[in-house]
Amino acid sequence: MGVKLLLDKAHVEGIRSFEVYRREGGYRAVEKALKEMNPESIVEEVKKSGLRGRGGAGFPAGMKWSFIAKPEGVPRHLVCNADESEPGTFKDRYLMEHIPHLLIEGLIISSFALGSHDTYIYIRGEYAWIPDILEQAIEEAKANGFLGKNILGTGFDCNIYVQRGAGAYICGEETALIESLEGKRGNPRIKPPFPAIQGLWQRPTVVNNVETLSAVVPIINMGGEEYAKIGIGRSTGTKLISACGNINKPGVYEIDMTISVEAFIYSDEYCGGIANGKKLKACIPGGSSVPVLPANLLLKTAKGEPRLMNYESLADGGFATGSSMGSGGFIVLDEDQCIVKHTYTLARFYRHESCGQCSPCREGTGWMEKILKKIDEGQGKMSDIDLLWDIQRKIEGNTICPLGDAAAWPVAAAIRHFRDEFEWHIQHPEEAQKRNYGLAHYADPIHVPA
Amino acid sequence: MVQFSQEQLTEFNRLVSRYPEGKQKSALLPVLHLAQQSFGGWLSPETLDYVAGLLKIKPIEVYEVATFYSMYNLKPVGKYLFEVCQTGPCMINGSDNIVAYIHDKLGIKPGETTADGLFTLKTVECLGACGYAPMMQLGKHYREHLTKEKVDAIIEECRKNAAANN
Repeated sequence: MGVKLLLDKAHVEGIRSFEVYRREGGYRAVEKALKEMNPESIVEEVKKSGLRGRGGAGFPAGMKWSFIAKPEGVPRHLVCNADESEPGTFKDRYLMEHIPHLLIEGLIISSFALGSHDTYIYIRGEYAWIPDILEQAIEEAKANGFLGKNILGTGFDCNIYVQRGAGAYICGEETALIESLEGKRGNPRIKPPFPAIQGLWQRPTVVNNVETLSAVVPIINMGGEEYAKIGIGRSTGTKLISACGNINKPGVYEIDMTISVEAFIYSDEYCGGIANGKKLKACIPGGSSVPVLPANLLLKTAKGEPRLMNYESLADGGFATGSSMGSGGFIVLDEDQCIVKHTYTLARFYRHESCGQCSPCREGTGWMEKILKKIDEGQGKMSDIDLLWDIQRKIEGNTICPLGDAAAWPVAAAIRHFRDEFEWHIQHPEEAQKRNYGLAHYADPIHVPA
Repeated sequence: MVQFSQEQLTEFNRLVSRYPEGKQKSALLPVLHLAQQSFGGWLSPETLDYVAGLLKIKPIEVYEVATFYSMYNLKPVGKYLFEVCQTGPCMINGSDNIVAYIHDKLGIKPGETTADGLFTLKTVECLGACGYAPMMQLGKHYREHLTKEKVDAIIEECRKNAAANN
């Protein structure tokens, strides 16, 4: 069993209630932070912990906090990004549903560290039942003196509000989220200025992911240095992985980032192996935006070393032979899955979610979707593969926000690693339509567990 | 005429009170959710204008938001809206079969409503239930690990609820 810092109490009966959460040691970190520490020392602990943003970008959280501007007389805000929408990702939902007070506790400490008296949780609109859970936790915390005016007699005031989005992946991008929180379309802003300088209502703002803010609780309890001892290198602490696809045990798992990808997929403690006795074909290890890897490159790096479930190892080899930790949305595909069709559904997703502001993304995502659909339906031409490659290259890096890159990378990786499958699909349109896939057309060795 | 009830107005005021003075536009998304829920599951032009008036913003500011977000219905929908996810992880777990089964069973394609006005079928993109696929959203909640039998039971449940409320 690995170390558990976030989910260790998630299955205690009644943990959703303040009473049980408190009995299990909850809100001790708030007491410690507000009574024994000051905002600067909290930021220092988070820096020491090496905590990296858990939403997907992996930016050091303590550093992000230290950028916040503090102009005289201007309120500052902390905003919690609960707009979890990256396909394959459902970990924040799990945290909020199972142990809501952990997030609230993290938010109180982080609000104190950043000087936010009005803190907002922006949650995706489809998670329509979760605001009730969070608002109940907020009310309980308030009734027990952990929120509201003069928290624990320290003079610190803080309120937390929950705002629902209304169906837009792009609002997970922090400046789009801020626009949405201001009651506008989720069009990302041009940076700079960064939110730390001009964010919500042009005030200094920090936007952090649910899991990142929850991790602040164990960091304060154990100290940044102790937290940093868990994991390897710059992958400190624990990470939630939401595993899905063709595996025996889909679900949310907390890992310390020393475990190998192979152990994660095949051990009974985690995914429990590939479902129905099938073989592993491919995996998207960090949410739909990150490159898909064929089984051989997923389990071993190009250097032949076992690949580990952490930021550095998953990215080893760059996009040529590696992928990314991303949001921790781990999508496993078995031998029967069609890469062309799967990539088509992702391309359709990005076309649907493009905000339409930048031409390369607005037009390019639509073209990629159409071409992939055509190939999938048996109407493709060999030249379409190069056309797809050309389009994705022209989107990447040419848009205001990373949605363009996120749309380009899955298509690029699918062609990079599964070009033979695209070709087979185009050359055997009728056979491909039977969806009786098998591995005949797919050259790379497929991993069979020992 | 479109008009919030006293109870709905109380909720409206609670939503607006979360934001600083003069920033009431921030309440637009939650207020549109409230309006959609209050006025038959969709947002008519009249409703959008009403919301603009309540928030003291221009109607265009409401239209541009209402047309951007996928959860706002700009046309009438059935009493029960089946929103079936079809993105990658749901697709590999058979979401196509679920959509096809609902089509066979209710005779509606995505985007259509049954003649009795009870059901609308809609396909949506990833709802964050990838580990519990295939799935659909029905009202406030998710229905997960869908099978044909589960779809049958859900349809039956909706019909019963509709009959009980009539």
